[in-house]
Parts: sequence; C-alpha cells; structure tokens
Amino acid sequence: MTRMKKPARYSAAGLIKRGITGESWPRAWRDHELRSSYDVVIIGAGVHGLAAAYYLAANHGITNVAVLDKGYVGGGGSGRNTAIVRSNYLTPEGVAFYDRSLDLYNTMAADLNINVMFSERGHLTLAHTDGALRTMRWRAEVNKLQGIDSSVIGPDEIKALTPSLDTSPNTRYPILGALYHPPGGTIRHDAVNWGYARAADALGVQIHQNTEVTDIIVRGGDGGDRGDGSGGGDAKGPGGRVTGVRTTRGDIATPIVLNATAGWASLIAAMAGVRLPITTHPLQAAVTEPVKVFLPTVVVSGSLHVYVSQTDRGELVFGASVDPFATYDMRGSLDFTEELAGHVLELMPGISRMRLLRQWAGLCDMTPDYSPVMGFTPVEGFLCDVGWGTYGFKAGPVSGEQMAECIATGATPKLIAPFSLDRFAAGRLVGEKGAAAVGH
Amino acid sequence: MLLVPCPHCGPRNAADLRYVGETTARPDPTAVEPEAWRGYLYLRDNPAGRLTEMWYCRSGCRRYFTLERDTVTNEFDNSPLPFPKGSRS
Repeated sequence: MTRMKKPARYSAAGLIKRGITGESWPRAWRDHELRSSYDVVIIGAGVHGLAAAYYLAANHGITNVAVLDKGYVGGGGSGRNTAIVRSNYLTPEGVAFYDRSLDLYNTMAADLNINVMFSERGHLTLAHTDGALRTMRWRAEVNKLQGIDSSVIGPDEIKALTPSLDTSPNTRYPILGALYHPPGGTIRHDAVNWGYARAADALGVQIHQNTEVTDIIVRGGDGGDRGDGSGGGDAKGPGGRVTGVRTTRGDIATPIVLNATAGWASLIAAMAGVRLPITTHPLQAAVTEPVKVFLPTVVVSGSLHVYVSQTDRGELVFGASVDPFATYDMRGSLDFTEELAGHVLELMPGISRMRLLRQWAGLCDMTPDYSPVMGFTPVEGFLCDVGWGTYGFKAGPVSGEQMAECIATGATPKLIAPFSLDRFAAGRLVGEKGAAAVGH
Repeated sequence: MLLVPCPHCGPRNAADLRYVGETTARPDPTAVEPEAWRGYLYLRDNPAGRLTEMWYCRSGCRRYFTLERDTVTNEFDNSPLPFPKGSRS
C-alpha cells in the first residue's frame, strides 16, 4: 500500500498556519494497491458513486468498498454539469426525492468539512406560452402540497428579481410568468465530488482512478438470448449472481457491484447481462468571459431551450437540451452555439457584446420517462443508479444515501421504489419530462 | 453538425431530419406477452460503436430509412440498408 498522509481537516486555523509556514496541504484522498476482494465495488467515481461509498461507510459501517473509475474523480457528468440544484419537480415522487437532496446539500459543507459554495439564489423557470404557464401552476401546486417553496409570479415580479431579462410584450416569445423557487440555486460541483471522495477516503473507502472495468463476472444466469446481439449462452443475465469484476489492474472478487456511471451505463449493465431502457445523448454547455455580477437568479426557459446562471467569478454558464441523436461523441457543434446565442439574446438583449470562452459536453443517459433507474436488477448483487438524464448532479447526495441503504439492508428504500428497473416491464412509468426536459 | 446521408436527398444536416433511433425487432403484437412488448418498446442496446438506426427525413423526402453509424466517431456507413426484419416501414 502506498503510504500517504491522512487528509487534514480544513479550517481557518489550518489555513493561517499553512499561510505562515508554507507547508502544503496533504492530498485529499490516497492511492492504494487493488485488493483481491471487496464487500462492495462501485463503478464510477462521480458524485453518485462517491456519495454511495461515503454513506455506506458513514451510515452503515461498510468500509471495505472500492470506487473504480476509468478516468479521474468527477471527470464525467459530475464535473460537466451546470451545477444547478432545485426540487420543484412535477411528480410527487420526483419532488420528495429532490427535496431530500436539497436538504443534504444544505448541510453538506459542515458534514463533509469542505466549502461547497452553495448559493440559494432562487430559481426562475420562465413561461412563454399558455401551456407552459399551466404546467407551472400545476408544478407550483404539487410543490406547495409537499411543503416546497414554489410559486407562479408575473412579469413585474420577474423584472424586479432579475432586471436584465427582457419582460416587454414585444419579444418573439414574451415572458408571461415564471415558476419561482427561492431554495434553488447553484453549488460548486467539483467541491461536492472532492468532498465526498475525501470524506469517504477518511472512513476507509478506497478510490481507484484510472481503473477501467472490462467485465463483470456473473454465475448461474440463464444465459438466454437477451436480444442484445450477444446471443446469450453465457452465465450472465437474469437469475445470475455477481461474483466479481475484471479490471485493467486485475480481477476483484465481490458479491455486490453498483453501476453508478453516466454515459456508459448501458455498456456496464451489458457486462452483467442486463439491458437498460437507456440511450446516450451528449448535452452541450458553454461559459462566457467573466463580468460584474448582474444576474442574481438562475434563469431557465423551456421554450427557448436554455438555462443560465452567473458564477461567483462572474462568468455566465449556459446549458441547453441534449443533442437530438444518440452518440458517445462529446464534440461541440456550431448548431448549438448559434441557437444558444440567439435564445439567450432574446431573453437578455443587453449581453450581446459578451464573448463565449469555452464550450463542452457531457454524456446523458436518457430514459423514456425522464426518471432514473435505481436499485436492484434481475442479476443478484448487480445494482444500478443510472439513467439520470440531464439532472443527475442535483440528485447525487440523496441517490448515494438511498443506494447505500439499499445495499446495506438488501431492501429498496421507499424514496427510490418508484424508480426501479422493473417499472418498464410493468408499464409504471414516472413521467417527469414536463419538469426535466430542459428544466435545470 | 452531423451530415446524414439520406438515400433520396443526399447528405443533409441532422437538423433537417428527425432521429427515430435504434431499430429493434418487433414481436408479433397479437401473440406477445405485455412484458416482452414493453421490452421492445423501451429496452435498447445503446452500443458504443456500430448502431443500426432509423431516421425520418422530415424537411426533405419525408421518408423513413435505416442507416448504420458508429456512435463513437459518428461516421455513417454510406449505403442505406433495407429495413431490418420486424422494424417499422
């Protein structure tokens, strides 16, 4: 085992001490040799996988856990999202779930001893059509019933909250109203990843970066033709039991594997013989040069396919909807930039001279009902926390907490029961498209 | 931008077409169990590599056709395929 110093506690006193002595901070988490067996193997060192590892150790005392990632901590969707958190969803299942996530985000800085820069600045979802306004009222009522601060406001209030928006009736898509959600806001996504990684490491969880899973070893499966072109004939698939994983650094024996990947969820599940209702689409985002603070809230427009917020450094962060065809390619496209610029300027004509600095994309695993796939699968010991579409980051903490409970108790917690994989075979979809398609 | 080789209109921007998606074999609707039917509706291979998929040329010839594409490089196999057995025509 590589010997490294235990992570230090972050504090003002430590900062002053290191400022004077010039001593550097120890690495936030350690490297390890791969063990030959673990109680739990988690694939994907993003916010979902790391949070699950942390809560397994913190809430259930299970510390013989490995988190494997073919890249680095927070290098996928967890580091590519636009860092918006909110809980004003459309279905009661969705609202309850994301509200618990927001609770965890609220106390995260203290729980994980890291500054996550959580900014509850308020979240505006604009309505440009009567239909959209109707959905906003529906969402507001669902939210209020569940005790979530959420209401529909008119153009005058919108203008008072966010003066840079063009609320005049003379635009192509006039702003008729908005769903206002004061507890929504932004958070430093990298700090959330690092915080969970560091806290899990301190509790004994091993994080293995640059360790790609190449196969999942399953015994006793029916090996039937799963319709995926493999033809079956192996010991994988329904009825089977996980006994280990094969990685680029060697084989690991484990009774439990959690698939916590985004973008590659179908491929990992196929290794266990499980087919998922997922197609992978990239979502592009962009950021401008930094300017003085002028945008106090998060602004989302479903009709214009854009959401925008201003970071603490002053950059505007934009995101849109996913690209319209399935691909694993993360290159940017001019179509996106052009459309984005046009739509943002319809909302805020005043920023026409601002320049875009960067553009990037992340992979989103889209499900037919815009809700995730969580919990057990027909292969014993193979669990999924996938299909998070474009809204996975804001659900990271609660997903980790619930998946940890699922693994530790062997039973599906109530909060995630609606999102089980068997809902598709049973025809029990949780239609969240109305609030999740471009709803960030 | 993705140039889609429409067999009737030639290369067109993907924005001119509608992506229908991965083709899967349709079971016989009169004989199938509900679970298998929903599997056909929802479950996908979603491969990172060669994918047989359907497009609808909504701004051009307004016809459905099937193509093969590599989902990692986005390169199309330029010869349009006949409709696979069981898929929509």
